[in-house]
Amino acid sequence: MYRSALSALLAHWMRHKLQLFSLIVGLALATALWSGVQAINSEARDSYDRAASALGQDQLERLVMADGSPVPVSVYAELRRAGWRVSPVIEGSVDLAEGSARLVGIDPLTAPPQANAPALTDEDDPTRFLIEGLLIASPELAPRIPAELGAIETSSSIAVDTILTDISTAAERFGQTNPSYLLVAATQPADLPPLSEVASLQRVAGENPSDIARLTDSFHLNLTAFGLLSFAVGLFIVHAAIGLAFEQRRATFRTLRALGVPLRSLITLLAVELATFAIIAGLIGIALGYAIAAALLPNVAGTLRGLYGADVTGQLNFDALWAAAALGISLAGAAIAGAQALSRVARLPILAPAQPRAWARASAKALRRQSAAAAGLLALSVALAIFGSSLLAGFACLACLLVGAALALPGLLTWALDQAARFGQTALGEWLFADTRQQVPGLSLALMALLLALAANIGVGTMVGSFRGTFTGWLDQRLAAELYVSARSEAQAEDVRAFLEPRSDALLPIWSVETRISGLPAEVFGIVDHETYRNHWPLLDAEANVWDRIADGSGALINEQLARRDDLSPGDVVELEPSWTLPVVGIYSDYGNPSGQAIVADASLEARHPDIPKLRLAVRVDPEDAPALAEALRARFDLPGQGVINQDEIKQFSMNMFEQTFRVTGALNVLTLGVAAFAMLASLLTLASMRLPQLAPVWALGLTRAKLARFELARTLILALLTWVISIPVGLLLAWVLLSVVNVEAFGWKLPMEIFPSDWFRLGGLALLAACLATLWPIRSLARTPPSALLKVFAHER
Amino acid sequence: MSAKWLLCLALLITPPAFGQGFAGLGTEADDGFAVPEKGVPFDFPADHGPHPAYRIEWWYVTANLQDAAGNDYGIQWTLFRSALKPEAGRGWSANQLWMGHAGLTTAETHYHAERLGRGGFGQAGVTLDPFEAFIDDWSMRSLAVDADPLSAVQLTAKGEGFSYDLALTADGPLVPQGIEGYSVKSPLGQASYYYSQPFYQVAGTLRLPEGDVEVTGQAWLDREWSSQPLSEDQTGWDWFSLHFEDGSKMMGFALRSDASAEFTSATWIEPDGAATPYTDGALRVTPLEWAEVEGRQVPVEWRIELPVRGIDIQTTPLNPQSWMGTSFPYWEGPISFSGSHTGRGYLEMTGYE
Repeated sequence: MYRSALSALLAHWMRHKLQLFSLIVGLALATALWSGVQAINSEARDSYDRAASALGQDQLERLVMADGSPVPVSVYAELRRAGWRVSPVIEGSVDLAEGSARLVGIDPLTAPPQANAPALTDEDDPTRFLIEGLLIASPELAPRIPAELGAIETSSSIAVDTILTDISTAAERFGQTNPSYLLVAATQPADLPPLSEVASLQRVAGENPSDIARLTDSFHLNLTAFGLLSFAVGLFIVHAAIGLAFEQRRATFRTLRALGVPLRSLITLLAVELATFAIIAGLIGIALGYAIAAALLPNVAGTLRGLYGADVTGQLNFDALWAAAALGISLAGAAIAGAQALSRVARLPILAPAQPRAWARASAKALRRQSAAAAGLLALSVALAIFGSSLLAGFACLACLLVGAALALPGLLTWALDQAARFGQTALGEWLFADTRQQVPGLSLALMALLLALAANIGVGTMVGSFRGTFTGWLDQRLAAELYVSARSEAQAEDVRAFLEPRSDALLPIWSVETRISGLPAEVFGIVDHETYRNHWPLLDAEANVWDRIADGSGALINEQLARRDDLSPGDVVELEPSWTLPVVGIYSDYGNPSGQAIVADASLEARHPDIPKLRLAVRVDPEDAPALAEALRARFDLPGQGVINQDEIKQFSMNMFEQTFRVTGALNVLTLGVAAFAMLASLLTLASMRLPQLAPVWALGLTRAKLARFELARTLILALLTWVISIPVGLLLAWVLLSVVNVEAFGWKLPMEIFPSDWFRLGGLALLAACLATLWPIRSLARTPPSALLKVFAHER
Repeated sequence: MSAKWLLCLALLITPPAFGQGFAGLGTEADDGFAVPEKGVPFDFPADHGPHPAYRIEWWYVTANLQDAAGNDYGIQWTLFRSALKPEAGRGWSANQLWMGHAGLTTAETHYHAERLGRGGFGQAGVTLDPFEAFIDDWSMRSLAVDADPLSAVQLTAKGEGFSYDLALTADGPLVPQGIEGYSVKSPLGQASYYYSQPFYQVAGTLRLPEGDVEVTGQAWLDREWSSQPLSEDQTGWDWFSLHFEDGSKMMGFALRSDASAEFTSATWIEPDGAATPYTDGALRVTPLEWAEVEGRQVPVEWRIELPVRGIDIQTTPLNPQSWMGTSFPYWEGPISFSGSHTGRGYLEMTGYE
């Protein structure tokens, strides 16, 4: 019995291959989008963990000579003999086949764990490292290292631009005995003699790996949101396909039940069938998701590396857990989408007419119920936006907004078409609108998918655009000077200054003092009064004469983070150091900096900290002359690696990075839109065959098939157009939630929202194009429907 | 001190790799390192300093101490030298690695610490004039005036939760182990140069979390160098240094083998320093009581028999958990003994997996 029941059920799919195709493809696409984004995210996250650990010694405090020269090895020995846990490093740059890399020579015997020294008790032969000059590099860098440099071993825990080797190897290579600097272990024994008693060295703070994590989290949050949206879109498709398949098989179910197949067996069979499809579709989805991730990851890697300096390999590893999760998602998606259909089968009365109700017009009551649910969700979303105070609330707000908007769509469309139909001038026009309205329930799931895809596009596009605009604008403002110069020592800084004085329009010192504001680490910068700041510095909030107040030393500027953290606004007083308080005269944006920062007059800071060396300079010159001056500086002075930075180069670089980011989001946009278009195609194809009873009378009244086909096209376009119109406010709300709710909860700063209407129209065009493509096949077959088929409608009165 | 071979090699290898030796090092010292020879007299004070032509070497002090209330303590201070190559290079390529181990044992707690360093720049090493063996802020510094540099030394070390600063004064001579300092380590003939100073009287301060403790007691110094590791089949050792109440001393060790019977060796030292070596088989050591230490079974109570001297004693550890959780972990701590004789001493055990 099972066998015949099963073959009866499966026969449906044999006859409706397209439906089978749309079910499988819909589920596969949903899985692929979700899992692809997940794969990118997790790969990138792994990379940061790696980057954070590969940051290795860079996260440690260092001891350097004040003049930038190497630390005498005797000083190193004295520190060790005094009990200080310090470890020597000899570091320099080596030329590779292409570009250069940092050769870091460490002493594995004293190196703190963060320095990634190879374990001396390793089963690998440690003499290779200690005396045979072994080099350790990341798998990415290793192939670029020329063979004559030495034997190479790869390790994924090494930063991408670094070659790790023993200090003896580096000493030999650079002909240098004195360490370039000393690493200070994170924990030091108690009761050590003060550093100043042992040696006169400067302490330099290490990098904080969590800084990278914080910045990149923002990027990932966006990707995750995108992944969820994609999945929601996919789910609508699956829901549509499964719902359809069940509705169409009502007759079969009834017959099977009437023939004596128990309800339980029927439901089991259907569930098994669904699960099988979900697994097949899941596997296809995994392959597709992997392909999406593999295609997009290099761009993501490029973006993250350039934007945040985080090393992401750009290579995708296959993770079994990820694949299992993707398959699980596919099954869960099918289960969610199939639950309703199965429950309907369970309640199916055996003796009810077996007429397919598929896509029958939903009752006004159902529509009202759905609209009420939508209103409830939207209200909840508003409440969450206003009263929510956590990241979770932010995401819940997002979810309520999207689902609410999707549920509200059929009601809104029906209402809009009702209004439009009132103005129908001719009977035909009236029919067109009425018929379109009649089609809404049947297309509603596909249209919801389209709405979500469009809203996601607008929302994410707005967010990324705002991010780009704000960040590059901020970069422009912060990097107003043409050149940035760092000297090795104060003496060299003096020489550089003397050299630049006659060759530039202005020299602005960049220097800061570390302090604690309200108990947390912060920096205070001293600036001279110059139009560079007056015209360019990005102020969020300021008093009227802000720059005069800064110049005369009677006020301080603070960054947004400090303002938010300590709830300061212009007019409040900030304690920069013990016994040094100044009124806040302005607040500036400072994206990506987790710490507090303040800006005061150069003279005020100098008076308090006369000893801090001023090694960095911003140089204002004619942009035309900047490259030549940079060249002249490099030629004349022995400046450190990043000694002269041309502002133009940084900006160019940043722009490239943003373009790469756009490529990722752009590709995802196109994919979601494609999925939505596919949903429409699937729905329209199914509808086409069922709509004959509705079209036949009109045809009989004299409308040609070609004309009918054109009407079909117009109808679809009207619906797509209306959906697009509704998607704009939904998308903008989505962007607003992401920028002003989720971002603030996650990172503590708000990004001002910029609006890009031209993008909407481009998207609208795309939506119409997608609708056209989706409807092309159905109307083509309608236009070719033999008149006999239309006539049969009257013969087979049902 | 006998079988510290392995321990020193721990700088470079993991225990499982031991069988293969290290860097082509088999049971024979090749690679151009010097090999100990019989009948070479010691040259003091020069032999107190390092012997870079040999692969491995150590300066090893253990002390049994008591405070005014009679509570027992033990300390260990060790500096190992390990050469990567027989030729001493210069600067960072000095090819000499140094490892310091320090331990402090009370009845309740065992503290330990480890330091690593590279020779060549004054972070770690041994100087002769004035004599000082040091690594970071740990040091064994000679206090002797117009006498053998090791006749009086200041010993300091510190680690997490503890430090000590002790003055050691010898009231007896240096004692050669084995045959005039040539100490055989296996039936195959692996050997080392080995001498001891077992006659130190100690006074000084232990610094513990509870506060400073003034202590006095007895200490034992071992000096040993060689280039040959143990035999391939030797898996670990049990080593004893014993201070008898009558002023006699005894050193004994058993090298365990998975292929043959254990190899034992002992030296009986009269109160005046006259030493009698005993070859394989004269000494018998038998585990009496095992304890779980760091997840493994370790024999913490022993029966020690040296019938030719009428010795039949049982040892008890001050703290059965005297575990040195260093890069290459082992058990080392103070013991007391009773039976045919009574006294205190030190026990070291390695190779218990």
